Amino acid sequence: MKGVTFSVEQGEVFGLIGPNGAGKTTTMRMLSTLLQVSSGSASIFGKDLTTETDEVRKIISYLPEEAGAYKNLTGRRYLEFIARFFCQGEEVHKMVEYGISLSNLADRIDDKVETYSKGMTRRLLVSRALMFKPRLAILDELTSGLDVISAQHVRRTVRETTNDGTTIIVSSHNMLEVELICDRLALIADGRVVELGTPAELKDKYGADNIEEVFVKVVSA
Amino acid sequence: MRPLGNMLGKEIRELLTPATVLPIVILAVLFGSLGGIIGDVEDEATRPPIIGIVQQDGSELASYTALALATTSEVVYNGTDIDEGVDKVAAAGGTALLVIPEGFEEDILSNRSGTIEVYWIMKGTGVLDTISSASLDGLLGVTDKMLSMYILENEDMRASVNVTTALNPTIKNETTTFKGQTLEGISPSSISATLSSQNMVVPLIVLMVVIMSGSTVIASMGLEKENKTLETLLTMPVKRSHIVIGKLGGAAVVGLLMAFIYMLGMSSYQNSLQRSAGLNLSDYGIGLETLDFVLVGLSLFLAVVAGLGLCLVIGVFARDYKTAQSLTMPIVFLAMIPMFVLMMKDFATLPGAVQAGLFAIPFTHPMMAMNNLMFGDYTLVVAGIVYEAVFATAMMVMAVVLFKKDILVTGRKKRERKKNGAS
Repeated sequence: MKGVTFSVEQGEVFGLIGPNGAGKTTTMRMLSTLLQVSSGSASIFGKDLTTETDEVRKIISYLPEEAGAYKNLTGRRYLEFIARFFCQGEEVHKMVEYGISLSNLADRIDDKVETYSKGMTRRLLVSRALMFKPRLAILDELTSGLDVISAQHVRRTVRETTNDGTTIIVSSHNMLEVELICDRLALIADGRVVELGTPAELKDKYGADNIEEVFVKVVSA
Repeated sequence: MRPLGNMLGKEIRELLTPATVLPIVILAVLFGSLGGIIGDVEDEATRPPIIGIVQQDGSELASYTALALATTSEVVYNGTDIDEGVDKVAAAGGTALLVIPEGFEEDILSNRSGTIEVYWIMKGTGVLDTISSASLDGLLGVTDKMLSMYILENEDMRASVNVTTALNPTIKNETTTFKGQTLEGISPSSISATLSSQNMVVPLIVLMVVIMSGSTVIASMGLEKENKTLETLLTMPVKRSHIVIGKLGGAAVVGLLMAFIYMLGMSSYQNSLQRSAGLNLSDYGIGLETLDFVLVGLSLFLAVVAGLGLCLVIGVFARDYKTAQSLTMPIVFLAMIPMFVLMMKDFATLPGAVQAGLFAIPFTHPMMAMNNLMFGDYTLVVAGIVYEAVFATAMMVMAVVLFKKDILVTGRKKRERKKNGAS
């Protein structure tokens, strides 16, 4: 990264867009404590990423682009495994039930993950990322591998999650999706934030009909 | 041919990686080292055994026996004092002091086999350590036959000695000295065979746990990466040290359970072997006390922890399940090397460089702990336990540090980080 500076408001859906290799995933991995911040600073809800890593992990959730779940577990057992990192006893049951409702997997939740389609696995993982109502959810390529119907369901779920105060940082190559769910966008290229604003502001600034056109114009420039 | 060559090149590049080549190199070095040890033993087996002779009987048969032994052996002591003789032979690295006691000929002529007292100087418990005693044992058999012919060719003796005694004129009365202990009525070969059959259980447990738990730990890291579950796990609110301990603990429990099930069958097999051997070393004062069992258990536990820690550190570099399996092989070899070497040679009789190499392998220590404790050699066992504790701690710390580093997520080389990390 060569200079990425942005701030995200609570309850906001903030989009990171940019060409391949721009640094979106690296930024997200740093924010989710997977990669060390070698220079500069970042804080999440007042907690410093470098010095308060354990505290940060309690309030964030990260969904990698190519995430997977433990194949020998059922969907329910996987959600229980994750839930036990955040709560104990009856709270686990409540959290898992909420996760199941988010996943929309119905009876298949008791089948092993190895029997799931790519779309079903992604829905399970999205529900895993949102079920404990994190203060910040970092979602890399949110609807990667999902069909249109499932993608729409997931987008709606994510949007609804912000009603509980959850803040979302999302990356996507799907410009339509970005325009639909993001309150603000940062366009990253070559490790730098080159544009920042609401979709309407960016479209207005570049005289574009949609974010895809904005993206092409910014990247070409 | 171009598509075929293209295909061939791709397959070779895919298969010929450091992870696949390294285990074979280690194996070649292992066999090279074993070859060197076995070569030395061959020299020892063909060399005349070094002995001392104490002739307390001035008779014709005693003199003939002493002469027969002297012509086939290298005699470093020829006198009358047994203690002095044992010391001289031991100092010369010899095999045994042979005593032909007073009344040797008289016994034979009275149709009682003449006794040859053999004071064995045992060097080690390995199979190859007893080569020289087996060689001398063979020479005593030859001497017995030579004496038999001597009696049968002598008309006076033939007249007074019956056939049974003439054909088997001598018997052995054996005493073995090993690590300061004197064991009467038992030979080095018997001790070595009994120890190797009784104490084989510990090396087997180590090997089984390393194979089962070690490969589980490495494979679990490979699977976490292949199934893309590692990144999620690392963002959970759990300390890295707890992830490390959780992985090690889980693998240790499963490995020990598997080893226990395996050993149930194995111990039944060994019990039958011991019954057939009919030798109980505790009758000779060789056994383990409660403290000894605690030390063996501690050494075994630390070896398992150290081994699993090493596996976890190696597992960090596994890209997927396939490379994880390749990385398991060097660990299995590390467990097999001390097992086979110690089966062949006692630690004390190995060259210094081999000793240093074996000591550095944490699996060595529980494998030789029982033998050493049986003969009251606590120094090596305690030193081994201290080393294992240091090694295990170092591996745990290294694993926790690696779990905090970017390398776990981004790959092996720093320069790859940009390529892998950004998208």
